[in-house]
Amino acid sequence: MNRRTVLVLATVTTAALLLPGCTGTGGSAKGADAKAPDDPAKVSGTITVLTVRTDLVQDGTMDKYAAAFNKTYPKVKVEFQALTNYEAEIKIRMNTDDYGDVLLIPAVIKKDDYPKFFASLGTAAERGKKYRFTDFTTVGGKVYGQSPVGVMPGFVYNKRVWKEAGITRWPGTPAEFLADLKAIKAKTDAVPYYTNFAAQWPLTSWTYVDGAVHCDPKATTRLAEGDPWAEGSDLRVGDTLLYDIVARGLAEKDPTTSNWEESKPRTAKGEIATQWLGTWAIIQFQDAARKAGANPDDIGFMPFPSRTGGSFCATVGPDYNQAVNVHSPHKEAARAWIDWFTDKSGYDKDNLAISPLKDAPLPEVLKPYEEAGVKLIELDDSAGAAVKLIDDRSEVGIYKPEYRQDLVDLARGAKKGSLDDFLGGLGEKWTEARADVGH
Amino acid sequence: MARTSRRLTPWLFLLAPLTLLITFTYAPIANMVAYSFTDWDGVSPELRYTGAENYREIFTREDLFQVFWVSGYYLAASVVQIVVALYFATILSFDVRFRNFFKGVLFFPSLVNGVAIGFVFLYFFQDGGTLDTVLGLFGRHTDHAWLGTPVSANVSLAGVSVWRYLGMNFVLFLGAIQSIPGELYEAAELDGAGRWHQFRHIILPGIRPVLTLTVVLSVSGSLSAFEIPYIMTGGATGTETFVIQTVKLAFQFNKTGLASAAAVVLLLIILLVTWVQRRLVPDDRVDLV
Repeated sequence: MNRRTVLVLATVTTAALLLPGCTGTGGSAKGADAKAPDDPAKVSGTITVLTVRTDLVQDGTMDKYAAAFNKTYPKVKVEFQALTNYEAEIKIRMNTDDYGDVLLIPAVIKKDDYPKFFASLGTAAERGKKYRFTDFTTVGGKVYGQSPVGVMPGFVYNKRVWKEAGITRWPGTPAEFLADLKAIKAKTDAVPYYTNFAAQWPLTSWTYVDGAVHCDPKATTRLAEGDPWAEGSDLRVGDTLLYDIVARGLAEKDPTTSNWEESKPRTAKGEIATQWLGTWAIIQFQDAARKAGANPDDIGFMPFPSRTGGSFCATVGPDYNQAVNVHSPHKEAARAWIDWFTDKSGYDKDNLAISPLKDAPLPEVLKPYEEAGVKLIELDDSAGAAVKLIDDRSEVGIYKPEYRQDLVDLARGAKKGSLDDFLGGLGEKWTEARADVGH
Repeated sequence: MARTSRRLTPWLFLLAPLTLLITFTYAPIANMVAYSFTDWDGVSPELRYTGAENYREIFTREDLFQVFWVSGYYLAASVVQIVVALYFATILSFDVRFRNFFKGVLFFPSLVNGVAIGFVFLYFFQDGGTLDTVLGLFGRHTDHAWLGTPVSANVSLAGVSVWRYLGMNFVLFLGAIQSIPGELYEAAELDGAGRWHQFRHIILPGIRPVLTLTVVLSVSGSLSAFEIPYIMTGGATGTETFVIQTVKLAFQFNKTGLASAAAVVLLLIILLVTWVQRRLVPDDRVDLV
């Protein structure tokens, strides 16, 4: 590099510094509403629906939904865009006005910013009567998104393997759970627990033990107000269980090269006994069973091994919430799609998921839950935004895989240190960041 | 009229490349520098100017620099890479049977997409995967989790990156060696110089600029290693590099401002290293004849 290029570079750099920080989206359309159309025959326009379900777009399932939708709304044309790396791609697109008409609310958007990006679907008071999960997207009394399915975290397990190991009831404490996994290791050829370490995201589901351990609907608020890894707290109980599973050799031998896609048929065939995931996974594992020639009915689902007042507890939460782009020129059509998809598409049933409608019955696969009297709770999300803020500030990442990967490394001896120090360190970072953001 | 157009002509030719260069290289860099002085989260319409706060944070947080130790593995690997590439380039520049075939074999990995390489090698290092099978053929049943411990994982990943970039270095060396006039070897042979002496006194000085360039590229490449560790381990088990850390700051914890500052710091470090290297090894002209 000679002198002149340095000079040019320097000028370009300073010029850019003087430019005002311009990051797209002005707030011009702020506070818009997406009203439900009065007459379905009159709504028209082409809407683009963004989704993460690449599989359903490719195999034509989404087009079938669109065709059914067109029976009620003949003049609306629905186009789908499936993004494989949704969070990363949508974040960049949301710096412009062009991010589809209907999209899934990405985790990166701060709750307070919802009115700047999305059109409101109505007031919380009105929607809350009919739908679940409204407070997850409520800002200033207005609702900005609606999830088409509810999900519940839990263990996907192979019933046959668990039976072969001589276990006939769900474990009720972490200690019992560990003993059961040990029995599976001793009596069967199956890997008792599979971490899916390499795929990373399956590890994040361990954060969703929050609430289930002590059956506390206010569990999220507790994260924002205290140390999530304090003695006896939900995350500590969950993380300790994961640590013990790995430390006692009850997980796969080499987690670093685990394989998510492969883990589905392996669980179906009984080579893997258990994985902590969510209700959404059941259908995928059943499909994998069919493809692998195994019995789909072997796939079972059980709650976190903890009982409060004698009964198990499970939290029901929203999947991605669908929202209307505030810049969309066809807000009515977009709203029509969200309403129809939530109420009438049958998407929840097709996925064996929990319906977002309050009065709908539980799906068939959760029959054992009803029989066992598992208490279902919906977490209060009023502190959700604060938790995310603290999480980002502290770089702990309770919804990110890193710290659990470190935990697994710690448990299998690839990283030095003790569990207490590790969780204590996380708690310290968390409390420090909490003080920073003023909670 | 004729004079002005003559003066304009070169600029007309330069218009396209300059536009591309400015739009896709300097404008983003300038933007990045601008973001590095803010607390932007990457998506919010609001951002605040925070002065040098991000830089202060980078230089006061030890953990952000610890990841540079990982670059050591890649640095060591690039030494191996250069030596091996040079060896093969030298041998294949002489008359060897199946010469073109071997050239193809060596260059081939550079043509494969980096993401694909990452996935292929995940299977390769798997428990009971290709590597274990191949070792088993030779009677070695190691039962070793290749990506299981920080040292083993980093060595494995650095090995993959040698496999990936060897071909590129090899081609550079080969091109440079072949630009050395053939009479020189003949004359040297008449004077009784063996292969080693030819390499030592003709090839090595002849390709010196390319060699320096490769070393510079390897060092900056080692400092900014990203693709292979990101795809294969995502930075788990102590394989996190500075760039992976930056990406995580920006896209996981939504600290785009801080991540931009980290990127600027990396850029400055690389510029500094390059400058020091150029100082130590001045780029003098090749004068063989």
